[in-house]
Amino acid sequence: MPEYLLEIRNLQVSVPDMRGNHQLPGAVIVRDVSASLEKGKVLGLIGESGAGKSTIGLSSLGYGRGRVTITGGEIILNGRNILHQDRAGLNAMRGKEVCYVAQSAAAGFNPSKRLIDQTIEATLKHKLMSRREAIARAKDIYRALSLPEADRIGDRYPHQVSGGQLQRVMTAMALCSNPDLIIFDEPTTALDVTTQIDVLASIKAVIKRFGVAAIYITHDLAVVAQIADQIMVLKDGCMVEIGTTRQVIEAPREKYTKALLSIRSIEHEEQAPDDDPILQLENVTASYGSTPTVLNEVSCELSRGQTLALVGESGSGKSTLARVVTGLLAPDTGVVSFNGQPLSALIAQRSKDELRRIQMINQMADTAMNPRHTVRKIIARPIQFYFGKQGSALSQEVELLIEKIGLETDQADRYPAELSGGQRQRVCIARALAARPDVIICDEVTSALDPLVGDEIIRLLLNLQKEESIAFLFITHDLATVKSIADSVAVMHKGKLVRYGVKSKVLSPPFDDYTDLLLSSIPEMTPGWLETILANRKMEAAGH
Amino acid sequence: MPRVLVLVAQRIALGCLLLLTISILIFAGTEILPGDVAEAILGRTATPENLENLRRELGLNEPTYVRYFQWLCGMFQGDLGSALSSGADISEAVGYRLKNTLFLAAFASVLSIPLAILLGLIAVRYKNRFFDKLISALTLAAISLPEFFIGYVLILLFGVQLAWLPTVSIVGEDMSIGQRLTVTILPGVTLSLVVLAHMMRMTRAAILNVIEAAYIETAELKGLGKFSVIYKHALPNALSPIVNVVTLNMAYLIVGVVVVEVVFVYPGMGQYFVDHVAKRDVPVVQACGLIFAAIYILLNLVADIISILSNPRLAHPK
Repeated sequence: MPEYLLEIRNLQVSVPDMRGNHQLPGAVIVRDVSASLEKGKVLGLIGESGAGKSTIGLSSLGYGRGRVTITGGEIILNGRNILHQDRAGLNAMRGKEVCYVAQSAAAGFNPSKRLIDQTIEATLKHKLMSRREAIARAKDIYRALSLPEADRIGDRYPHQVSGGQLQRVMTAMALCSNPDLIIFDEPTTALDVTTQIDVLASIKAVIKRFGVAAIYITHDLAVVAQIADQIMVLKDGCMVEIGTTRQVIEAPREKYTKALLSIRSIEHEEQAPDDDPILQLENVTASYGSTPTVLNEVSCELSRGQTLALVGESGSGKSTLARVVTGLLAPDTGVVSFNGQPLSALIAQRSKDELRRIQMINQMADTAMNPRHTVRKIIARPIQFYFGKQGSALSQEVELLIEKIGLETDQADRYPAELSGGQRQRVCIARALAARPDVIICDEVTSALDPLVGDEIIRLLLNLQKEESIAFLFITHDLATVKSIADSVAVMHKGKLVRYGVKSKVLSPPFDDYTDLLLSSIPEMTPGWLETILANRKMEAAGH
Repeated sequence: MPRVLVLVAQRIALGCLLLLTISILIFAGTEILPGDVAEAILGRTATPENLENLRRELGLNEPTYVRYFQWLCGMFQGDLGSALSSGADISEAVGYRLKNTLFLAAFASVLSIPLAILLGLIAVRYKNRFFDKLISALTLAAISLPEFFIGYVLILLFGVQLAWLPTVSIVGEDMSIGQRLTVTILPGVTLSLVVLAHMMRMTRAAILNVIEAAYIETAELKGLGKFSVIYKHALPNALSPIVNVVTLNMAYLIVGVVVVEVVFVYPGMGQYFVDHVAKRDVPVVQACGLIFAAIYILLNLVADIISILSNPRLAHPK
């Protein structure tokens, strides 16, 4: 029998109520989870939000957020049961034997301390090295993670480096004290795809080089397929299945795993654009005050009843373009035309009818709705505002919309907080539909949702488009979603349109460099994809 | 120029502007009071002729703005004029009094500020537990009792019953630093108790505000003890509101301690100021008003500058 570094046996985690009672129904958030990890191996935890991935990860450090407590089972690290340790015993293990890499490095670093001081803090706390040795080791690890200016990057403060670099510094922070186990909690989720691939590659490289074992938590099966030896699939706090990466990806046993594997496979037949676009942008340039231009001479068209997908990484100007179309930001130069007529630059100068015909759905459904309004009130507002309907005509229409978006009419009197993330986004869709618009701007509407839920939202949008013939300006950073929904695609990079046309053209070769980079960076399920793509890039770079 | 320097320069310029505005207000305020200095001096002996004579002598017949600029120029040169009631040089009296006031304020600050912050940190460490509630209750009790009451209780206890410390705190120019400290202990402790609660509660609230941040979890998962997490990771990010409250209390210690001075017969600015208000000694009131305003503005300026410098995004731009 192999010697295990970490053994989790029948783990149960609960959230007790204020009085410490954890016997209540619904208090248990993780039940009967078991896994074991050998030295230097990587276990991937995968599941949707609320599946208990982070909870299990943090349990391996003997830690629970807020009132979360481990209420059953055993966690054995290096032969010692973590659950029998007192606070001092846990502190002796944390940061020395097991380290944690948080999802958002930007929030996970103390904003008022230099990176190097934070990197070596645990090492010094546990008296593993002298300060000088620790700094030397930290710089070594920075170099191994291919951070630029490895000797000096530590002197910076967190806000002075980019998101991808920060995530690597956080990995270095975890490695510095030479732990046996690192918990990676969605380390690349907040990054752009092109950045994700680099961070993923460097994390994989250092795991191998330093021989450390890891638990890698993510909701993206394709990412975990690249890095894990074993995969555990979780749903609602329970284990669905566990197996080697190859087995789970290639021969999944459970229905739920199969569903996860088939995400983003919606097919959408593209339509040819017509000559009379509903929305047209001509040479739009925009900026915020004195800052450099965020949009640079952008021209594109959206045909009636079709979808134009606007793709790009963060900072490429996608959302700014939405602000210009909605009239929240006046362009410096250029014209936005609607139905052949130029629109006023600012929202205050637009007519009520013009406002009605362009609606918007935001990324964060929960902050886009008034938390003190019921679903009914939220959907009724635009109907009252634009059509002046009252009484039974109003409630009839609200109920019709609620059915249309796939909610039950008895959910109409709930508040947004009582709905799930996917249901909230549906309510936002109903609110946009209520104005009977010609165009809906969808700004990253699926990126805050779990993949399966996101897929359902895409299906709903496609159905609505067919029934109501609404045009979507679909903003996303996710090229896979583009394939499922778009008729035309515009690729943005640094405020410019680098590629624009019908989907079949934009997404097939020959590519420009940026689109190629973007497309090739989307993780694929195939194990070994990461190595192949990196090797290809290296060869290309050598060839040029 | 770096943005942080621009911001600091802006604050300093605004502070100067504010001080100038206040000087106008003080001057105008004493100007619109009924009666003038000449009437105040002569009192019942005033006849139209000698009133007129005295006004000419004091320059009161000059236009208001001329007198304002004369007064302001005098202030900047350290010439605060002479008191009407005694004819004494105000600068000299204020110099002596201000030194005493600053000494007392410094004493109370050195005692109360570190203690308040430490108690705040302890309260966070034992949040909602016995220690936290005890600290809250005691400091609240201290702030709720009137300062003269605390003063008299301390005098009764340490001055009369135990006879460890003097009951009056008259300080003289010829005292050694040790003697000075001894007489300042009781008024200093009284003032500390008064300002402790405010600073301690702000420290607690400001730290609790940042303790939910993800980087606090990061620090805990490095195996740091609870107190070092609070001290090393939470406190530096909660500095700005704490510094604001601390300086506000320091300003209070300098400007608003009349009651405690009276209780301990301590020769400070507050007593001097109140005495001369009663005597309608306008030049003294004006001079004290301007000095108090300057101290207030200066301390708030310091708080602002520390807030700016403690923001890493401003102190270390990209």
